[in-house]
Amino acid sequence: MQLVLSEDQELIAKTAADFAAEHSPVSRFRELRDAGDPIGYSPKLWKEMADLGWVGIPFPEEYGGADLGLSELAVVLEALGRSLAPEPFLSTVLLGGQALLLGGSDAQKKDWLPGIAAGEKIVTVAYQEATSRFDLHAVETRAEAADGGYRLSGEKIQVLDAPSADAFLVSARISGEARDAAGIGLFLVPKDAAGITVVPQTRVDHRAAGLLRLDGVVVPADAVVGEPGEAGALLERVVDRATAGLCAEMLGGMCQAFDLTLTHLKEREQFGSLIGSFQALKHRAVDVFTELELARSTVMAAVRALDADAPDASSLVSVAKARCSDAYVLATNEGVQMFGGVGMTDEYDIGFYMKRARAAELTFGDAAFHRDRFARLAGY
Amino acid sequence: MADLSKYRSEIGSWLEANCPSDLLGLSMTAIEGPWGGKKWVPDYDSQRAWLERCADKGLTAPTWPTEYGGGGLDKAEAKVLSQEMRRLRVPPPLIGFGLTMIGPTLLQFGTEEQKREHLPRITRGEIRWCQGYSEPGAGSDLAALQTRAVDDGDAFVISGTKVWTSYADKADWIFALVRTDPDAKKQEGITFILIDMDDPGVSVSPILLISGSSPFCETHFEDVRVPKSNVIAQINGGWTVAKALLGHERSMIAETFGTGAGQRRQTMADRAKGYVGADAEGRLADPALRERLAQLELDTRAFSLTVQRSTDAAKAGHNPGPESSIFKMYGTELNQRRQELLVSMLGPNALGWEGPGFEEAELSVTRDWLRSRGNTIEGGTSEVQRNIVAKRVLGLPD
Repeated sequence: MQLVLSEDQELIAKTAADFAAEHSPVSRFRELRDAGDPIGYSPKLWKEMADLGWVGIPFPEEYGGADLGLSELAVVLEALGRSLAPEPFLSTVLLGGQALLLGGSDAQKKDWLPGIAAGEKIVTVAYQEATSRFDLHAVETRAEAADGGYRLSGEKIQVLDAPSADAFLVSARISGEARDAAGIGLFLVPKDAAGITVVPQTRVDHRAAGLLRLDGVVVPADAVVGEPGEAGALLERVVDRATAGLCAEMLGGMCQAFDLTLTHLKEREQFGSLIGSFQALKHRAVDVFTELELARSTVMAAVRALDADAPDASSLVSVAKARCSDAYVLATNEGVQMFGGVGMTDEYDIGFYMKRARAAELTFGDAAFHRDRFARLAGY
Repeated sequence: MADLSKYRSEIGSWLEANCPSDLLGLSMTAIEGPWGGKKWVPDYDSQRAWLERCADKGLTAPTWPTEYGGGGLDKAEAKVLSQEMRRLRVPPPLIGFGLTMIGPTLLQFGTEEQKREHLPRITRGEIRWCQGYSEPGAGSDLAALQTRAVDDGDAFVISGTKVWTSYADKADWIFALVRTDPDAKKQEGITFILIDMDDPGVSVSPILLISGSSPFCETHFEDVRVPKSNVIAQINGGWTVAKALLGHERSMIAETFGTGAGQRRQTMADRAKGYVGADAEGRLADPALRERLAQLELDTRAFSLTVQRSTDAAKAGHNPGPESSIFKMYGTELNQRRQELLVSMLGPNALGWEGPGFEEAELSVTRDWLRSRGNTIEGGTSEVQRNIVAKRVLGLPD
């Protein structure tokens, strides 16, 4: 495993950075937030990203993808994370798309992946419930056998990009107790299925999400993704990949938050001096910088390990998510503090990063969760 | 690649055939370490034979040019060599500041004559070196050093005191910073010079540390005559040499401590279970300790990956990135946390100083914890390192 960008990856990174600077400055995210549109991103820009080949990066060519890896996707996500671009990579490329790719039947893949890769279909995963916290196996939504298929009942929360989703992959319990790994199914449910209600939710980071209510939704047997009852393991694999992708986005966000802070330290004068000359702030800035450098290494290692199917990939994902969660929160907390009063105003962008840091931290497990998972995987 | 695998099998067979069997599997902690030098008394008789065989083959300094006693290997070959040494559990034939600090400095700044005089004697383990930088009044502010070197024709006459000279009591030569121009700006009047410690006027007194050991000394110079041919680079140009050498020192300290190299084979988790037990699932019984251990191991992993990233970037032909500037600071702070966690794990068993009732490994934990407190002071304090990163990497104003 080489922890260095290849020439191709450098080129993708450069293209993505230029694109983000031209088409997706933070002001665009601010406008979307102000408009209060529940979709929360620009479908037109999403289509452009797909036309550039980014949306299809991790999908095979037969489904319209580029057949590249998470290592390539990560450099795009980092660049977009810098400018808080809210397009639905996480929900539809990393969650929905990866679940179909890793677990879907040939028919399911043929039906959905080309549309996803082309930027025309949104497929998200509804895995989270009111009491599940970070446990993917804590599933109380029920799947009962009915008419040769299943009848789904329950409620999912904070389903990413639910307002714009064309289909949902819903985890539901076929058998077993509320927290058993076994007995979970993953069901493909189109948005217009009878008995579905989507209620948009407004989150602190203003990324689109929604409640998904399933009131006796009937799906055929071929709506199951993977083997019935074995979605627990599939979800673990999918969420590992999604987590690594999220970490890349977080890396971009924390680096940009730090750059904003560093610029402020070099421009703001108090007591007749630039505040960046004060040692109390210098040393803290160095500590943030240190965390960012360590975070970058862990993200690069995690995506490469996943691409190589390395035996320690899950462990490295936990290393990366624990580190990125802490580092993004640190960089943005320190950013707001060093900006001082203006850091508390809505007018300044640093607050957006602080909110996104928290939302990302609490997605797929926070730092403490991943430290515990790392220990468990290491046998203690 | 074909050549590398050929080299791997050749060097593997050579190591197997030549390493004395009583040295196989000995860890660095089990022996004092093959430091070489005139005063060296090996723990095992066969260490001297092992050193000579390796020196003949250029393996004590694998990447140095062959004309100076090195092995002339490229980086890839040197990596294969160290992999094979690890695999066969072969101990290093020679360690020390000659190989890690003054040698690389001479290769960069020395004259042909200086290289031919000193480098072969380093690779053969004939001369042990120590470093004379800090002084009683010049610690973090190293450039404030006061040891005087007065011009006397073809020599300098040197007077003053150096502190924290590691193993000066066991060393044969010292590389030192001395003040040759007291009137210049403080960085500009400093010269880097090599001094034979057998010269009249040099004396050494060890310093007892809180850990009970004495790895450091005070070294006194009283009118010591040193020929000008022993100056490295320009007279009054020593600061540049010193900074380059500090770079070698800091990367060595970071590598030694930060990545947990030289740690015991038994994992920290297994050791912890031995002291606090495991629960029904086989997990460490104390969840607070488990969390601390996981945090430390995650940080260690992140640090190792960052060191690897820096190495990989260098191999790909990139200049050293900003990440390398944090190695000394982070690596030493990480080691301190590791030692403190070990003390926590052992509980009251960590309180032994010597004698019965404590295992050897427990006594080492106590001593290593005390010793580690110096890691963030020696070779540039963590605070000085942060100032350097703030200025050079982040571009923050003075």
